[in-house]
Amino acid sequence: MSVIIILLLASISIAALFLVAFLWSVKTGQYNDEMSPPMRILLDSVPAKESSESATIESL
Amino acid sequence: MSDPSVSQKSKVQCYHCGEDCDEKTIVAHDKHFCCDGCKMVFEILNKTGMCDYYSISDNPGTNQRIKIREDKFAFLDEQKIQSALLSFTNDSETHVNFYLPQMHCSSCLWLLENLHRLNEYVISSKVNFERKEADIVFDHRRVSMRQVAELLTSIGYEPYISFKDLKQQRPSLNMSKIYKLGVAGFCFANIMLFSFPEYLGIDSQELFLQGTFRYMNIILSLPVFFYSSSEFYISAWKSLKHGFLNIDAPIVLAVVVAFARSLYEVLSGTGAGYFDSMTGIVFFMLIGRVLQDKTYQQLSFERDYTAYFPIAVTRIKNNQSTSVALPDIVLDDTILIHHQELIPADGILTRGKALIDYSFVTGESIPVEKEMGEIVYAGGKQIGSNIEILVIKEVSQSYLTKLWNRSELQSDRNDNERSFVHLLSRYFTWILFTIAISASIYWWAIDPSKIGHVITSVLIVACPCSLLLSNTFTNGNILRRLGRNQFYLRNAQTIEDIANINYIVFDKTGTLTTGRYQDINYDGEVLNESLKQKIAVLASHSTHPMSKAIALWAKQANTQNNQVVDFGETPGRGIQGIVEGDLLKLGSAFFVKKAEQGSALDSAVFVSVNGKVYGRFGFRNHYREQVPAIMKRLRKLGYPISILSGDNAGEKDYLEQLLGKDTPILFHQKPEDKLEAIKMIQATGKKVMMVGDGLNDAGALKQADVGIAITENTATFTPASDVILEASMLPKFHQFLLLCKANKVLVWTAFVVSILYNIVGESFAVSGHLSPMVAAILMPASSLTILLISFGASNLISWKMGLK
Repeated sequence: MSVIIILLLASISIAALFLVAFLWSVKTGQYNDEMSPPMRILLDSVPAKESSESATIESL
Repeated sequence: MSDPSVSQKSKVQCYHCGEDCDEKTIVAHDKHFCCDGCKMVFEILNKTGMCDYYSISDNPGTNQRIKIREDKFAFLDEQKIQSALLSFTNDSETHVNFYLPQMHCSSCLWLLENLHRLNEYVISSKVNFERKEADIVFDHRRVSMRQVAELLTSIGYEPYISFKDLKQQRPSLNMSKIYKLGVAGFCFANIMLFSFPEYLGIDSQELFLQGTFRYMNIILSLPVFFYSSSEFYISAWKSLKHGFLNIDAPIVLAVVVAFARSLYEVLSGTGAGYFDSMTGIVFFMLIGRVLQDKTYQQLSFERDYTAYFPIAVTRIKNNQSTSVALPDIVLDDTILIHHQELIPADGILTRGKALIDYSFVTGESIPVEKEMGEIVYAGGKQIGSNIEILVIKEVSQSYLTKLWNRSELQSDRNDNERSFVHLLSRYFTWILFTIAISASIYWWAIDPSKIGHVITSVLIVACPCSLLLSNTFTNGNILRRLGRNQFYLRNAQTIEDIANINYIVFDKTGTLTTGRYQDINYDGEVLNESLKQKIAVLASHSTHPMSKAIALWAKQANTQNNQVVDFGETPGRGIQGIVEGDLLKLGSAFFVKKAEQGSALDSAVFVSVNGKVYGRFGFRNHYREQVPAIMKRLRKLGYPISILSGDNAGEKDYLEQLLGKDTPILFHQKPEDKLEAIKMIQATGKKVMMVGDGLNDAGALKQADVGIAITENTATFTPASDVILEASMLPKFHQFLLLCKANKVLVWTAFVVSILYNIVGESFAVSGHLSPMVAAILMPASSLTILLISFGASNLISWKMGLK
């Protein structure tokens, strides 16, 4: 019986992990622009410097 | 660098923008270009080794034929304007967000994200393709904002900066509903899982396990009850405060009752409660809300006059010209208006020759000439040379601004009140209470102990969610379908409104006509090649649109540089000059023939050579090719049609031939007249749809039951309207109307199905047999059926119509 409790806790924590991952992806703006990343990945040369977001973090 | 030479080939595509090089082709670097602008962009990119731009997609550029004035972005040197535009700055870098409407393909994305290769002081740039914006970070100690804007302009992406940008920041995307949806989905799925043992009959010995599952459910339902549903609590509370019950009220009631009863059942140990049904309601309803929000983020329908105005103008003070922000313009300032600039405030013309295109405000397609001392109104666009005007009314007081601020345009129709769903929702709540009360009276007589059970189950199972979902999902899907066909609707309510339309009014200029090119027909003596050439040379010396049209018409392939001697232009009359020894005159009847002749309606230009009148050029607006076909189809569908035009009646015959004699066609309609005309038709009990394009239609668009703004390019600004339609999709106009009508049938079908589900659920509830399992099956089953009906059927219908 107790093994079910362990399974239950395990399953719910994995589900919670996915929930956190989802919330994080929304928060970091991954759904703000669904059109440019698919194009960006096909382009050969990556911009030399990192995106403006990380630039903001560096500068703060 | 090879010297650009002029070739005579026709139908060559420009290497940069892909347009046909019709006038002359410039050859440089073994590539063909349609104009110097396109060539220059290529050279800039070539110099920095960025020609990958051209290999990512074919002819990725935008046409550069219209040159941008050199110091157009001088206003960006102004500290005040800069600080209003930038989003972040410290001592080494500045972040700014520019709207670049020309962005359209992956090459654009690549080029804009490689800006740092063109200018080393640009630190980085990141594109948001959906919003057509670029976040640019630059080192402001080395490069100014103006230089960044000019860099963008030089490669063909001119930033669009308007007065509106100064006043407020664009609202950031509201993500809270998505968080709520995520949390609700997580809790709903897990509660469903933990409820299975209960439904499948858990062993009575496993009391501990049963208890664990029930308490886990309570814990999981808390975030849904307190966090995810807050959306509905707020909306229901707001409507309650205004004294009516909206559709969220029964949802809130169901959620609260289900939660309270489930809590009581679990704590008292009498049952498992309805946690899964409750979280299910919230989850499905939130999906509906998120879909609703998501459909139209990228297009803004709420526009005011400020979006049209330039951000700054040139003010002349003590013989010095400075750029000042528009709000700082005060009375008695002298401002300089350049070619193609919008006049921002009413004023008196003090210097220069004004030729003002008011088509945006009045719909009149031919520009008006103004002499010094005359009043010019805001909203007109100056064509030709620079002019100076003395401001007599501030920007906020001008004619254009007042036009916009008329009371008709201000009052927003209350969308919620009109929808039949919301009408029904009011009754829904009362019907629900009636059922609950009569059931409890019945059970009071038979078995009073069951009253509590029956009342709560009536409220829980009768959740209106399938009713609401039928509407949200069907409408949302149709909205997306129409959007894919470049028919963008303001909201779901508009679909219902379009289905109810029984009268259509079209504007002429810019809507039925393209407004760009004019068709020319020439009558009179035959002009030989060399004479045509001479006319072209003379006409090309004037900036008047009619002259330009004639120049284009008469232009010969073998362009020689003929000189015009003694060129003279009499404003409002005509032009004359000596070309290769012949005195040519182009202009009005009076100017050319010295006689008042010809109808005032027709805008005609006469031509004479050495005093002998050869003939006249007639002008007609260029109608969109599909117009006759659309009119025929609309009439077949039984819609009466009217035409309102701000233009003169010169094309009455043509329009009558197109539409039949019985169609009302009104000319010389000022913006106010158009609005009144719509009101008149509405007074006869008709539901009117207005199709227009310019600011001159803004009043009528808003007054009409449905206003449709037609645009050549959705990135440009259109007046406030319910619908924005891409001009190229006009041939499918009647299909859009039919699809909206089909949508009504679908909504009703889904609606009837959900009523049936409610009746089944209620009969379980009233008879006192509603077990949590029945509720748990009914809830998702009803929602899924609705989804199937709305998505399946609407996709099938639009597919059959051949829409994308």
